[in-house]
Amino acid sequence: MKEKQNLCMADIGGIYEVCGMELPRKVQMRLTALGMTEGTRIKVLNNKRSGSVIFHVRGTRLAVGRKIAEHIYIGGI
Amino acid sequence: MGQEKELQVGFVGNPNCGKTTLFNAYTGARLKVANWPGVTVEKKEGALKYHKHQFKLVDLPGIYSLTSYTMEEKLTRQFILDSEVDVIVDVADASALERNLYLTLQLIELGKPVVLALNMMDIVQERGMEIDLHRLPEMLGIPCIPVSARKRSGLQILIHTVAHHQEKRKAIFEHQHPEQEKPSHHRHNHHEEFAMVYDDVIEDKIDELTERMRAAGFKSPNYRWHALKLLEQDEEIMGQVGMDFTDIVDRSYETDIINEKYDFIEEIIEECLVNKQTKAAFTDRVDRLLTHRYLGLPMFLCIMAAVFFLTFFIGDWLKGYFENFLEWFSGVVSGGLSGIKVNAALISLIVDGIISGVGGILTFLPNIFILFLALAFLEDSGYMSRVAYVMDGLMGKLGLSGRAFIPMVLGFGCSVPAVMASRALEDPSDRRRTIFVTPFMSCSAKLPVYVLFSEMFFGKNAIFAAFSMYLIGMVIGVATAFVMSRMRRGDGAEPESDNVGAGGAKTACASCKRTCARRETQNPLLIELPEYKTPNARTIAIYVWEKVKDYLTKAGTTIFIASILVWFILNFGPAGLVKDMGESFGAMIGKTLTPVLATAGIGLWQIALALISGLAAKEVVVSSISVLFGIGNASSSAGMAELSAILAGLGFSALNAYALMVFVLLYTPCVATIAVIRRELKSVKWTVATVLYQLFIAWFMATLVYQAGRLFM
Repeated sequence: MKEKQNLCMADIGGIYEVCGMELPRKVQMRLTALGMTEGTRIKVLNNKRSGSVIFHVRGTRLAVGRKIAEHIYIGGI
Repeated sequence: MGQEKELQVGFVGNPNCGKTTLFNAYTGARLKVANWPGVTVEKKEGALKYHKHQFKLVDLPGIYSLTSYTMEEKLTRQFILDSEVDVIVDVADASALERNLYLTLQLIELGKPVVLALNMMDIVQERGMEIDLHRLPEMLGIPCIPVSARKRSGLQILIHTVAHHQEKRKAIFEHQHPEQEKPSHHRHNHHEEFAMVYDDVIEDKIDELTERMRAAGFKSPNYRWHALKLLEQDEEIMGQVGMDFTDIVDRSYETDIINEKYDFIEEIIEECLVNKQTKAAFTDRVDRLLTHRYLGLPMFLCIMAAVFFLTFFIGDWLKGYFENFLEWFSGVVSGGLSGIKVNAALISLIVDGIISGVGGILTFLPNIFILFLALAFLEDSGYMSRVAYVMDGLMGKLGLSGRAFIPMVLGFGCSVPAVMASRALEDPSDRRRTIFVTPFMSCSAKLPVYVLFSEMFFGKNAIFAAFSMYLIGMVIGVATAFVMSRMRRGDGAEPESDNVGAGGAKTACASCKRTCARRETQNPLLIELPEYKTPNARTIAIYVWEKVKDYLTKAGTTIFIASILVWFILNFGPAGLVKDMGESFGAMIGKTLTPVLATAGIGLWQIALALISGLAAKEVVVSSISVLFGIGNASSSAGMAELSAILAGLGFSALNAYALMVFVLLYTPCVATIAVIRRELKSVKWTVATVLYQLFIAWFMATLVYQAGRLFM
């Protein structure tokens, strides 16, 4: 059973699947160019209280601010 | 034997994959490289001769894809398509092959000859990974050459391949696409033609679009690429083709195209990469500490404090030796010149004007050297992107992303590259605000002023007085950014929903995409964190040498000329050569400003004149003061004692000195910075506003410090 949540709620060290994104086109296309599409697995490496998150996607370590993280929806696996 | 035509070679690749390192290795150029994405902000050209081939190499800013969403991507794409690029060298970070191959597939689709340079092979080996160099070119249909730009290995083979690859293209495309298991109804076997083959739906549409473009007489050297861009609903290409395809392109196929590319990349990785699980656990371990939710910020402050500690302490210790040399040199020259009966005015020009001006500045070289050495280490280790992450929360409160903090840290070195680094910020208004605050980060040129005045007036507490300048600069920068973000919010540019909280934003998002898009363009952080690596000696050497060279050049040109000019306007007046400097042109100019500066306790015409001359370069403030007060070597202990005695005689105390330091910290950095601000902002109005604001805030803060200080003293 998958539970839908946003990236800000992710646990450090957790592995999740991307369920969707609701971001401005420019940002979304940059993320997809990095291989972050629906169904991609990501590993959360850091999650600060301010909401900025570091995660691993397809061999890239990426840091995103809260405004991006809260609009990336993930499911636990 | 005739000379062959020049081959134009474009270096394209993801940010931070080592394009510039490779470019430097080939051309002998010394362009700046560092371990954070976005160091190169404009294209650079260089020449190379290899055997009978003449190459023109072009280093381009890093990009992740060839869409038209960002300025760099659009420019790179345009450059490749329009100009006479004969061969594209796709530089890939082989240690992160998966991500890098996405751009590779796009480049191949452009239809120009591509050579894949698998850079950072040394790191691949270090991590115990292996790449199947036989299978990879088979699957991609292009030559794949392992290189290490850092270690300078594989460079000959790469350039040799480039020279020959433009003549013929390989045509081996064998890969087990999952589609092959299902019978395809498609009429051609595209796998023999193209590396990247899409599913039948997309391939059919490509064929239909191609036919339609051909029939309508649209000329293209590469219909497949145009068709793909039409399917992605790329605005630029749609406008270029100018036809209606809504019956074929019923929606954007962009995500489908991306997904299929990544599916293919997954296949490639599966077949060609051995041991990919061997991760650099080191980076994650270090990051756990450096990006820690509570420790991250204190760690950053400790690192910066260590940088300044080294700059002042070790730098000062070395500076002593430089001073002794200068004193000896100045004595020898002065003695030598009077020995051969040179005109006294000329001796004064050489000794008091040039040697004390330029030489005085040169004694600060050790401080500058150490500061840049430390910054080079920070930049090349990979820590800079982490700083962006650590500062993101705080910067978010100022309405800026953590990314804007990178230019600010670079500003501690020099405002010129720092202002240029703000180009990585996409939103023009964020860029403007970052450019506005960056000059408040105290640059290395202001260092001599702090060192001189704090050592003269603060004795044992000199380092704290100097260090406080950095803090005041940061506070003013942060406060300015904060006020600007408030003003921006208040000016009605943003809709009401701007203040919607995290929970509410989601619903606003679903109902109103436009509102959401506008809200989000308030620059959220999005930055890649590279692996940490041991800083490279060559990279550091290039970085530091370039800065030292700049400093020496500045001493030899700007400061040299400024010292002579200052000497002249001090020794000549309306009545010709003057005996009393108080009657000189310089005094006349300085005196016009003294009433304004008096409120800040720096109302001496000499100081006013030094500040004006400091607009050429901040170090000139120190050299001018040496010339103005006739001190042979202001930075030596004897010179300092002499200067502080003179200043004390004029009623100049520690408080006045501190107010002066604050003024120097905050007022307009230098003409070079103004020029670069003008270039980056592309607006005279904003440039003038920046300069006026800096002058005002410098006067205001210096006055505040001085008047408040007087209450307590």
